[in-house]
Amino acid sequence: MVEVQHRFAGFALEAAFEVPSGVTALFGPSGSGKSTIVKAVAGLLRPDRGRIVNGAQVLLDTATGINLPPQKRRVGYVFQDARLFPHLTVRQNLLYGHWFAPKGAEVSFDRVVEMLDLGPVLARRPGTLSGGERQRVAIGRALLANPQILLMDEPLAALDDARKAEILPYIEQLRDSTKVPILYVSHSVSEIARLAGAVVLLQGGRVLRKGTVGEVFSDPSVVNAMGVREAGSVIAARIAAQDDDGLTRLETSAGPIWLPRVQGALGAPVRVRIAAQDIILSRQRPAGLSALNILPATISALRMGEGPGAIVQLRVGEDLVLARVTRRSVGALDLHVGTQVFVVLKSVSVAPGDVGTPAGTLS
Amino acid sequence: MPDWFTPDEWSAVALSLRVSVWATGLSLPLGIYVAFVLARREFWGKQVLNGLVHLPLILPPVVTGYLLLLTFGRKGFVGQYLDMVGIVLAFKWTGAVLAAAVMAFPLMVRAIRLSIEAVDPRLEEAASTLGASPLWVFLTVSLPLILPGIIAGAVLAFAKAMGEFGATITFVSNIPGQTQTLPSAIYSFLQVPGGDPQAFRLVLVSVFVAMAALVLSEWVSRAIARRVSGT
Repeated sequence: MVEVQHRFAGFALEAAFEVPSGVTALFGPSGSGKSTIVKAVAGLLRPDRGRIVNGAQVLLDTATGINLPPQKRRVGYVFQDARLFPHLTVRQNLLYGHWFAPKGAEVSFDRVVEMLDLGPVLARRPGTLSGGERQRVAIGRALLANPQILLMDEPLAALDDARKAEILPYIEQLRDSTKVPILYVSHSVSEIARLAGAVVLLQGGRVLRKGTVGEVFSDPSVVNAMGVREAGSVIAARIAAQDDDGLTRLETSAGPIWLPRVQGALGAPVRVRIAAQDIILSRQRPAGLSALNILPATISALRMGEGPGAIVQLRVGEDLVLARVTRRSVGALDLHVGTQVFVVLKSVSVAPGDVGTPAGTLS
Repeated sequence: MPDWFTPDEWSAVALSLRVSVWATGLSLPLGIYVAFVLARREFWGKQVLNGLVHLPLILPPVVTGYLLLLTFGRKGFVGQYLDMVGIVLAFKWTGAVLAAAVMAFPLMVRAIRLSIEAVDPRLEEAASTLGASPLWVFLTVSLPLILPGIIAGAVLAFAKAMGEFGATITFVSNIPGQTQTLPSAIYSFLQVPGGDPQAFRLVLVSVFVAMAALVLSEWVSRAIARRVSGT
């Protein structure tokens, strides 16, 4: 549980949330207080007031004067800039925290090296590694310290798109294979859509919205905070069939959709991200359209923008998705809450993993 | 004792080496500490400490020597108490160690401080989140990274101690076989008619020791810098 209040010049941070198992994303624009919170959890910054509890252990309680130093908090911190020790080899870097971790640590060196593909670079020094390799070593180093919570502070922000794509699968695998809760800081909607189970949306130092990724990303009121281009919901699906023509059939709660080959076993859960601007609404089931993916839906909320745009929240099966249309269309199609429509998906992106419901509850 | 030196010459060289080794060795831990405090801490009186450390660099050495005499002489306000427990510095080789250490201290601290300022404190933060206590962070991260600076500082201090003259001769005088260091011996030989050849031999020793120290430190520093740069 994290409860933090801190006052900077011209900026006050006040946030409280819980971190269930799985990935909890701390999301918000730069300057919204994300990094401050993570530093407070790690003990690198002492907030004016706050209480941070990890399981049964109180890490910080300004009311009673408890403030554990960083080395006693058992947090694994993956920094944006890796911060590998330049005078040590990759192997020595990986084992640095392991050495201080309590004996009988659950994570094994071999397992981490294998999971992060670090075997070939063990003998090298950080100065000779690529940005992506460095970040993988940083993740492994944090894991091997056997942390009780893993803090990832924009671990991909310093990397180019190709490197990001290289690392994301490792983080997904980590999420699916560890019981350690992960607090993941990012300002990238797409990263969070791929990784997070729960989302804490920060703006100007305050929690604007918190909940599961499905709830938060389908809330019309967060669209501005995410940016209209980035806004979009995440729904759960399963791989239902691999068709002969190269398409994969995914089963969503509202029916099947087809996408170019999605790797994975039949029945494997996937996360489908649908950007609000990639949805077309139609009053009748469209005919003669090249789009494959058309699902029936009911309008559950409407939010008119200040400009020409409007955000429509739709119930699609058991899931909620957002669509961005114009106010003119809302009038022309006579859209209201409760109106039955069809959503035409222009494009979606898919990532492995379960959207899931987080094990803990967000309070 | 090599036979190309007279006993007086040799004892001067040996004394200077001994004084420099002790002066450097004894002041190194304090030098690292002071450099750390000056580089990293903010506290009231920091500028005063900084000034005190650097004073011997700017004061005439004879003034430093005289101040040492006032402080650590047998009747000095620290020296009288040291005298009670049997420690006498003035006019002893141990006093030469103190004089050399004081004179070399600013050079040592400057070199180490520069290297500490070049260490990214975020690496130390990372080490602490990995479970390292402040002492372990210092021993496993900070110290290895500032090692080139420590070596540079130690060599500079050693070379300065080998050449220290003004404060030494003021504080411990120039007693052959007891407090006559290499520079004092050169000075003495130059005062005697016909002493030039002897002085010149010692000058060569001086130059040789200084060069050797510089080459050695450069070599070690480079090797360590390569390690520390992480390539």
